[in-house]
Amino acid sequence: MQEAVTPNPALDAAPTAPQGSPQAVDDAIIRAVGIEKYYAQPSQNRIQVISATDLSIVPGEILALLGPSGSGKSTMLRMLTGLSTPSAGQVYWHGTPIAEAEVNVSIVFQSFALFPWLTVLENVEAPLQARGETPTVRHERSMKMLDTVGLDGFEAAYPKELSGGMRQRVGFARALVVEPEVLFMDEPFSALDVLTAENLRSELLELWAKKTMPTKAIFLVTHNIEEAVLLADRIIVLGRNPGHIRTDFRVQLPQPRDRKSEPFTQLVDYIYKVLTRPDTVPAEAPGQQITRAARDQRQMHYQMLPHARPGGIAGLLELLLDKGGRDDIYRLADDLAFEIDDLLPIVDAAQLLGFLKVEEGDAVITPTGEEFANSEILRQKELFRNAAVENVLLLRQIRRALDTKSDHTVREDFFLDMLDEQFSEEEGQRQIETAVTWGRYAELFDFDAARRRFVLPDALEEEIAPSEAKK
Amino acid sequence: MNFQRPLARTLVTDRSTPFIIDLGVAACALAIFFAIVSTGVYWFQKPIPVVPISSSIGALPLYAFYSIVRMTIAYFLSLAFAVTYGYIAAYNARVEPWMVAVLDILQSIPVLSFLPPVVLAMVSLIPGHQLGIEMAVILLIFTGQVWNLAFSFYSSLKTIPREMLEASRIYRYSGWQRFWQLEMPFSTIGLVWNSVVSVAGGWFALIFCETFTMGDRNFQLPGLGSYIQTATYAGNVRALLAGIATVILIVVATDQLVWRPLIAWSDKFKFEQVESADQVTSPILELLRRSKICQTLPGRIWDRVEEPVYRRLAKSEECRVVKPLDETKSGKVSPLLWMLALAGAMAVCWAAVQAVLMLRDVTFADLRLLLAGAGATFLRVNVALLLSAAWTIPVGVSIGLNPKVARVVQPIAQILASVPATAFFPILLMGLVKIGGGLGIGAVALMLLGTQWYILFNVIAGAMSIPSDLREVASLYHFTRWQRWIKLILPGIFPYLITGMVTASGGAWNASVMAEYSHVKGQTLSTIGLGAQIDAATDSGRFSMLLLATIFISLMVVTMNRLVWRRLYHLAETRFKLDG
Repeated sequence: MQEAVTPNPALDAAPTAPQGSPQAVDDAIIRAVGIEKYYAQPSQNRIQVISATDLSIVPGEILALLGPSGSGKSTMLRMLTGLSTPSAGQVYWHGTPIAEAEVNVSIVFQSFALFPWLTVLENVEAPLQARGETPTVRHERSMKMLDTVGLDGFEAAYPKELSGGMRQRVGFARALVVEPEVLFMDEPFSALDVLTAENLRSELLELWAKKTMPTKAIFLVTHNIEEAVLLADRIIVLGRNPGHIRTDFRVQLPQPRDRKSEPFTQLVDYIYKVLTRPDTVPAEAPGQQITRAARDQRQMHYQMLPHARPGGIAGLLELLLDKGGRDDIYRLADDLAFEIDDLLPIVDAAQLLGFLKVEEGDAVITPTGEEFANSEILRQKELFRNAAVENVLLLRQIRRALDTKSDHTVREDFFLDMLDEQFSEEEGQRQIETAVTWGRYAELFDFDAARRRFVLPDALEEEIAPSEAKK
Repeated sequence: MNFQRPLARTLVTDRSTPFIIDLGVAACALAIFFAIVSTGVYWFQKPIPVVPISSSIGALPLYAFYSIVRMTIAYFLSLAFAVTYGYIAAYNARVEPWMVAVLDILQSIPVLSFLPPVVLAMVSLIPGHQLGIEMAVILLIFTGQVWNLAFSFYSSLKTIPREMLEASRIYRYSGWQRFWQLEMPFSTIGLVWNSVVSVAGGWFALIFCETFTMGDRNFQLPGLGSYIQTATYAGNVRALLAGIATVILIVVATDQLVWRPLIAWSDKFKFEQVESADQVTSPILELLRRSKICQTLPGRIWDRVEEPVYRRLAKSEECRVVKPLDETKSGKVSPLLWMLALAGAMAVCWAAVQAVLMLRDVTFADLRLLLAGAGATFLRVNVALLLSAAWTIPVGVSIGLNPKVARVVQPIAQILASVPATAFFPILLMGLVKIGGGLGIGAVALMLLGTQWYILFNVIAGAMSIPSDLREVASLYHFTRWQRWIKLILPGIFPYLITGMVTASGGAWNASVMAEYSHVKGQTLSTIGLGAQIDAATDSGRFSMLLLATIFISLMVVTMNRLVWRRLYHLAETRFKLDG
């Protein structure tokens, strides 16, 4: 476990932990106390999705929830809105348990979730209809809202006739027409192209700054770091396995924010560092370390295989070598026009295989990694094979099981059962899928998809055996 | 025309129910059979006036009208029941596995074998009146139509995207609003397509049901089916042809005036993000859309009804609080409910045992006859399937690979699939009798007539769905004809072929009841087969034989579905799916 502490440039100004200060508690519109989410497994193990977490949403701020995929961002949002019941703990709406309160929130969805058979106007009117407004009031308020989001003249169109950006505008209009106290947004811009997203973001900020909407707080779930830094007054970074708060800080930069400015890039860099080093404890969350370490020792037998393809790993290493063997991960993502969620698994995978190391937010290629990047395909496969057998428990186990059994076949279920102890069923399946991709590439084994079993082709066996004996 | 959607009657579940549930469902079926028969026999003594069926052509319009009314009532009953059933099954985790198992089994059992007991029960409920038979026939058509509709609605509800459900929750829709703005629209397309198939199946059964004999009694309802059968029995070819022409006219008119506009209209409920170029057009729908009255009037009336409902609902609990989606119902069931369930289960068991006890008087000879019949019918069904596949695969593929021809042929194939083969059966039989052929061949012919169109229709759709780049690859690398079929065409149409075959197989079993036993020109024709046994048992009023034959036929169909079709279907879903 590394003890390095990543300094937070924004933190020097105002170290805040909102749920700690009594004043924040009183104000809070939504306050979550010790909420957890887990799924019971048939075997007495349970899969913890989110460990006990406190969080509150206070008036006047845009709160961004950042985290890698699988850290339970969306689950968190659903628990805070009352769409999903926490397995333990309680969510309060102005002090009343959320299941009994008359909650006034809206969600803007990633997939827009518009009803394709209703016109734009009918889509926006529908929530008002649910609240029993008369047709005249509904019409008036909806038309006004459509005007506000710039959809004047589109009221009779059907959503499928609109572009993605226009459709999300309808999503915003529908969300805002009920005048929610808290506006929740679940990756609202990630289904849109870059320019449209940028445009919508600035319009949202404008609405927010001008107080054109009666909304008191915005809660944004995103995996896009720049987006969070651009919009948020406060950022919470989640870690995974299970989901937990890694850091929670205030962004002190004035609006409008300049992406090119030094403090902005510093903050983005800082978050990258937090995300790329899940073992590091960020400065402001000292309490987390003990629980994590304890849990790690108790149940983490298998490493979590990052879902990256060998081709992606090779591509990253070649690019890194091109850059002199060392580069900032943030810049790498930028060069590749990758979202952090797309790049991180590849970095993780290369790190797991010992092809690169992460130092201070930089990716540094190792000697093996360098050799890998420089070799032709057959040698690459050999290097990958050695690295995989050496570093990845699951692959080693599969290979060993295949070698030991006389018919050189093992059913998939066998490994799924073992993985089930540690991962959810779905994740276990994905682990197997990734293991198959890696194993096939490394020519360690093959997988018979029709009969769901691992096989060791005879021809392969002879070819691999000597190279393994050498080790 | 929507070419992508296969026309299927039987929906195969990709799921296996625990054996215990199957047993429970079987016990319930037996119990119901017993209840129906025992009440029926008790009341059956009252005579019912037999309505003479005229064979003058002038009577046809009225008869057609009667039949259409029966169809319509049965269809709307089915729709209402299907929606209720699907809704309950989809939203009640506790009863869901039971309800799905019931669906799964009942949709594969040939309905017509239930005709005699159902008539008995209905006649006994309303003794001494035609209404009893009327209700029996409607109930029977209903039973034939309802399951695939229910299944379609149920599976639609289960596939509503999660974010749509969440949107309806977070904006605090009432159940009423959710139903009309989310659930119903989302299910519409499936319901419309299944309605086409259901109504076709309904006609098939109706033509057969309107006349039948039980013991020495003749039950007749004025209608197209009885008209055709009377004409056949009297050997009146002119009247027979007129009757058939009327049936075809009705089917074509329904297709043009009802289904096409409906399919075109339902296009707006397609759950897609972009507008598709390939759309169904219907002149009738255009006409309706243009008329001023149709534009405004229904909306006005609807608003009157709807607005107060919404205003009242807005004050209710469900519209004020956001209900969690993953809410687990509290596991407590009141002891009273338990007692009731227990009592019900015991009653079912008792009745099931009684039903089985009815089988006492089945002799060894009877059993042998049934077994032989089962074998014969099984062979006939499969011969019919093979024959259908043998001609429809090459023809369907060559049509499907030629889009221009397909565009013309496919709607025709769809109409042909809707024409009830039972209407043609009498004339076919008369021809066969003349040239000295037996009913055995006739039965296979009827099964062919009734089922091949489903396979053809699906094969055409399958061939059209083979991507053109794959076909280009085949010609680029000079695939031989054999390679082309083995590597490209057969795998490409496989999922569609299986869908067609499953539907056809269900239809063929159903047809066996009608096909193997018939009255033509004053004589009774019959051949060895389970269907013949069912009919003969009906004619002679032997309920034990009837029950046993029905059990046989159901067991065979369900076993075939489980062992063969479901596996093939699974294979089609996993390995041969061409995802677009």
